[in-house]
Amino acid sequence: MDLYEYQAKDLFAEHGVPVLAGEVADSAEAAAAVARRLGGPVVVKAQVKTGGRGKAGGVKLAESPEEAAAAAEAILGLDIKGHVARRVLVTEASQIAAEYYVSFLVDRANRTFLAMASAEGGVEIEQLAVERPEALAKVAVDPLVGVDRAQAVEILRRGGFPAEVIEQAADVVVRLWEAFVAEDATLVEVNPLVSDPEGRVLALDGKVAVDASAAFRQPGHAAFADVEATDPLEAMAAERDLNYVKLDGQVGIIGNGAGLVMSTLDVVAYAGARYGGVQPANFLDIGGGASADVMAAGLEVILADADVASVFVNVFGGITACDAVANGIVQAFELLSQRGEAVDKPLVVRLDGNNAAEGRRILEQAGLPRLVQVDTMDGAADRVAELAKAGV
Amino acid sequence: MAIFLDNSSRIIVQGITGSEGHKHARRMLAAGANIVGGVNARKAGQSVDLDGQSRPVFGSVAEAMAETGANVTVLFVPPAFAKDAVIEAVDAGIELAVVITEGIPVHDAAAFWAYACSAGNTTRIVGPNCPGVISPGRSNAGIIPADITESGRIGVVSKSGTLTYQLMYELRDIGISTAVGIGGDPIIGTTHIDAIAAFQDDPDTDVIVMIGEIGGDAEERAADYIASHVTKPVVGYVAGFTAPEGKTMGHAGAIISGSAGTADAKKHALETAGVRVGKTPSEAAELARELYKQL
Repeated sequence: MDLYEYQAKDLFAEHGVPVLAGEVADSAEAAAAVARRLGGPVVVKAQVKTGGRGKAGGVKLAESPEEAAAAAEAILGLDIKGHVARRVLVTEASQIAAEYYVSFLVDRANRTFLAMASAEGGVEIEQLAVERPEALAKVAVDPLVGVDRAQAVEILRRGGFPAEVIEQAADVVVRLWEAFVAEDATLVEVNPLVSDPEGRVLALDGKVAVDASAAFRQPGHAAFADVEATDPLEAMAAERDLNYVKLDGQVGIIGNGAGLVMSTLDVVAYAGARYGGVQPANFLDIGGGASADVMAAGLEVILADADVASVFVNVFGGITACDAVANGIVQAFELLSQRGEAVDKPLVVRLDGNNAAEGRRILEQAGLPRLVQVDTMDGAADRVAELAKAGV
Repeated sequence: MAIFLDNSSRIIVQGITGSEGHKHARRMLAAGANIVGGVNARKAGQSVDLDGQSRPVFGSVAEAMAETGANVTVLFVPPAFAKDAVIEAVDAGIELAVVITEGIPVHDAAAFWAYACSAGNTTRIVGPNCPGVISPGRSNAGIIPADITESGRIGVVSKSGTLTYQLMYELRDIGISTAVGIGGDPIIGTTHIDAIAAFQDDPDTDVIVMIGEIGGDAEERAADYIASHVTKPVVGYVAGFTAPEGKTMGHAGAIISGSAGTADAKKHALETAGVRVGKTPSEAAELARELYKQL
């Protein structure tokens, strides 16, 4: 889960990483009030979970509370790469002597953690990594050892930080590492880390991602759930404990197992290319069990999607045999009709694997309206795309 | 032979008294795996009933190994306790630890992997968040259904459980030597490369099928490895060609960030290394069948 800059900076402050004073605001008046409290010039920054804010007009300097209000007015509601700015962060304006870069992240390739540091901060780090890889130090961090001051100095030295900055910045790096561990973060990035004319080192921006799997020991992270930016269908699915991602197409997808569902999206998109560019409407993994309740909940969410013209249920019977899955589908139809929600869109079902023949027989006998069975995944994808095109 | 798991494997289950652990211990035993006991420190000295067969519960992995000669452990321990359970298995020096548990924090996975490395990698870790390992007709450590296919000469390694089942099913006319589900988490123990290297050395495996998905660069690294180390035919399949950037598709590791981790990049890398890549699971199975018949 990615955090907003203001949330990241709150975490930084809690872990002793120096940040500029500032507060978040959701209106022009609130932004002016923050500027008044801070006194002096401020920076008004769009809170969006994407890069390139500055170029998009999402960061403005304001000399007075009135200017801060005007800046907030201009930024609030701004669409930056599909992310709408609903809040601004108003902070003290800083005097910058130099900009640096530092981060901790999960290094999947080496199955460990990685520190990255560069004396050339304030630029797009992906670009720096491609254009001048020698300017970006990458230092493996042993999870069992962690980062002490000596290790922090080493990271900064390899990043080419000037000696007089390393002294100050090393403390900041140690605290960032502590935040990375204490918050179960998968990314902690400061770009830029700045030194001011007085030699103070500050985190001017902050990017943090926390691990959703650690929610059981990070009760505070529940507050980071981004309710208003969540798609309404995704919110509906989350309430039902479903693993659902909204996409832009017309074919609703239900499957069991993340890999199989991803594969189903591909197969539907390939088939869709033959039917005028029909695309999958969602990712929905109902897991290995595929009980009637879960199937009903899944169908409910998918049928609530106005873009959906046809539905593909793609199940491989593994631990749960196909007859159980078929019964689940039949019961899901019953549950939905009891709730007054008819299944009014064509449904293509492909059952394969454990006890597939029996599962197919159950569905056939149930005679569910608008339900078609196709025995292969590729064949079913073709049929569901054809139906989507006919229904659009 | 097969890889990682064979007739001589003696398996214990950490978390055998929990509902998932108990259910799958019964399934593994019914499928012919040699389940010799389980571990739960609070229930040491008791026994569990696996459909009429009694198996002892031990207080620790070390004790279970000493009493039963176990060399494989399968973990169904809840996420909060999984790190300590893996470390206990590593400390006991067991050969293979298959971590089925889903939802282990990545900091914990990083810690137990680092611990296993510092202990000299004497314990092979598979997972976490994986369906396990099966050598059909020989043994079964995990939750892969045992009745999909019989023993044969194709080796399968995959990040995804159900895609593994799908491929095993489509290749049931030939059969599988071993299928290894390595899991879809950001930090895992055994990788595609580890399994492919073992299949290359396995006299019971003729064709290798590797199933990948979006995210990370494991498939690209596997491609490099195959190009320089693997002489057996390899078929690839990658899920997630149509996945949008920045969205996590179920598996914690399956996320495209920037230009890295796309299915197209993985397919290209694999094909450059001489791997035949199927566009769909059925196509991948057909390619594997063709290559097998050419041998």
